Amino acid sequence: MSGRVETSMAGTGSSASRIVIYGLLLLFAVIFLTPLFVMLITSFKTLDEIRDGNMLSLPQSPTIAPWLSAWGSACIGLTCGGIKGYFANSIEMVVPAVAISTLLGSLNGYVLTKFRFPGHKIIFALMLFACFIPFQAVLIPVARVLGMVGLGNSILGLILVHVVYGLGFTTLFFRNYYEAFPTELIRAAQIDGAGFFQIFRRILLPASGPIIIVTVIFQFTNIWNDFLFGSSFASGDGVPMTVALNNLVNTSTGVKEYNVDMAAAMIAALPTLLVYVVAGRYFVRGLMAGAVKG
Amino acid sequence: MAFLEIKGLFKRFGKVEVLKGIDLDLELGGFLVLVGPSGCGKSTLLSAIAGLDTISEGEIRIDGQVVNDLRPSKRDIAMVFQSYALYPNMTVAENIAFGMEMRGVPKPERDAAVERVAATLQMGHLLSRKPSQLSGGQRQRVAMGRALVRDPRVFLFDEPLSNLDAKLRVDMRTEIKKLHQSTGKTIVYVTHDQIEAMTLATKIAVLRDGALQQVGTPAEVYNRPANLFVADFMGSPSMNLLTSRVVAHNGGTALELPRPNEAAILLRMPPNVAPGAVQVGQEVIVGIRPEAITDPDGADRNSPLVEIVEAHVDVVEPAGSDTYVVTQASGKEVIARMRSDADVRPGSRIPFAFDLNKAVLFNPESRQRIG
Repeated sequence: MSGRVETSMAGTGSSASRIVIYGLLLLFAVIFLTPLFVMLITSFKTLDEIRDGNMLSLPQSPTIAPWLSAWGSACIGLTCGGIKGYFANSIEMVVPAVAISTLLGSLNGYVLTKFRFPGHKIIFALMLFACFIPFQAVLIPVARVLGMVGLGNSILGLILVHVVYGLGFTTLFFRNYYEAFPTELIRAAQIDGAGFFQIFRRILLPASGPIIIVTVIFQFTNIWNDFLFGSSFASGDGVPMTVALNNLVNTSTGVKEYNVDMAAAMIAALPTLLVYVVAGRYFVRGLMAGAVKG
Repeated sequence: MAFLEIKGLFKRFGKVEVLKGIDLDLELGGFLVLVGPSGCGKSTLLSAIAGLDTISEGEIRIDGQVVNDLRPSKRDIAMVFQSYALYPNMTVAENIAFGMEMRGVPKPERDAAVERVAATLQMGHLLSRKPSQLSGGQRQRVAMGRALVRDPRVFLFDEPLSNLDAKLRVDMRTEIKKLHQSTGKTIVYVTHDQIEAMTLATKIAVLRDGALQQVGTPAEVYNRPANLFVADFMGSPSMNLLTSRVVAHNGGTALELPRPNEAAILLRMPPNVAPGAVQVGQEVIVGIRPEAITDPDGADRNSPLVEIVEAHVDVVEPAGSDTYVVTQASGKEVIARMRSDADVRPGSRIPFAFDLNKAVLFNPESRQRIG
């Protein structure tokens, strides 16, 4: 792919147009990366330096004190225990929510492509619909339901909401991926005597690596970064990382500690960054595999 | 009693009838080939026998037992798929052993069975490879191994050779034939390739649009096609099908094939046609295979009726072992198959020997064979 693009560029463009293209790319890269850069350097500066110095200058006397403070002792609301508890909340919410929604999505995809039943198209269309419902529209009904089943204000409730909301996407991903999976393999396994779940576990799942990675990245990023559900259905010590970060930054008492805010924001962003760095190269590959047959 | 029996089988998808009342049976150890153009329902029929598709009406029996409601794994069948359908994440050995594993056969027994099959198919060196590391022919072999290891009552083959190149296809065809002869297993085989059907089958069933056209031995289907569709479908190059009129001739009857700019070809009535089956003046279609039209020296000496006719040579197509010669009659091209050393030049007039013992007549309206 990239090879073809390169040769066609070499065929049409002079070196001048090359310079323009790369120059523009570089410019946009700088624009996009500057906020991250500022966050990073600010989180290593002392408060005095932030007040006196240039926003873009490197820290004169680098310190990790803001990071330690953000993690363990910064005041959020009335408690001053840093964001570590909320970080744990987010992990507790994200891991089961991603795992469950991915597993259910793959089962849905399996049934919708390989064990078709009358009306499977309608069911799939309805599940797809879930992808397009704005979050805000369902806040009050969801709050009512969570309250009725006794899951209001709990991590468990948040997990449930994220699983249900994620199902539309995970089902879409897996259905498209399994659509291209040869049905003859399923039939061969049926003749070999494998049951519904045996086929799923022994034949389909081992071939699902790329799409599992795509789904996990997608779900992890969405659920980790979610603010609306977190702020609506949790409170006090039970809120996830994103909400805690907001509370930290928006504290109206005392001195504004920009360096601690930045460090906390960095900590909040790290897990998703990590997931992208580790699995990102599979992301595009997996999306393509799902979209294009073969 | 037949080993595999199919009675009144219908398969409908909504309003569309894919199989329209199939009645078929196959004796123990027989090799049944289902052949027909694409979309004729042959693969659906095979899936129905396998239990991968449900049937709308009718009955399928294996060894006397009705299997309609049995799941594929309970029918004691094995199937080789067109795409081979090897499990990509498993090695060859695991692929072959998967069925036994699912049925809870202990590991030492599985290993022994895999060894045995690998030895039969000479693929012991492939056992630890993944399917992606195999060539097309090797994959085919593994797919057959996976079927063989089950030792099932019936083998089902779904166009197993159509993904191979021409040479390999011929080799594997022979291999399958050998396998059938050595194991004596009952086989149902689907193909759209009529040569595969002719070479492999003990019994051929020709299908078209979900209905059986003819069932019989390869020789019956080839020599005495039941209708024009079968006549045209089986054989390559296909049978010459020429419109002609029945005329009185020397106290008997003959077939008149008009030609442009010269006298019509007159052929005496083929001996296979029962007396009185056709009337003078009736229009019929004569079916005569290219190999039944030869040069006079190449004609079958034992044939009771060979008619020599002089005709104009339009095209000569040398094919190595034979030479195909094209002439005109009844407004169509007539292909004759002559010896490769016959002296034939385009534009010349040469004698053609029509072996009428091998000719068949069809009714142009009903499209069925006469007599």
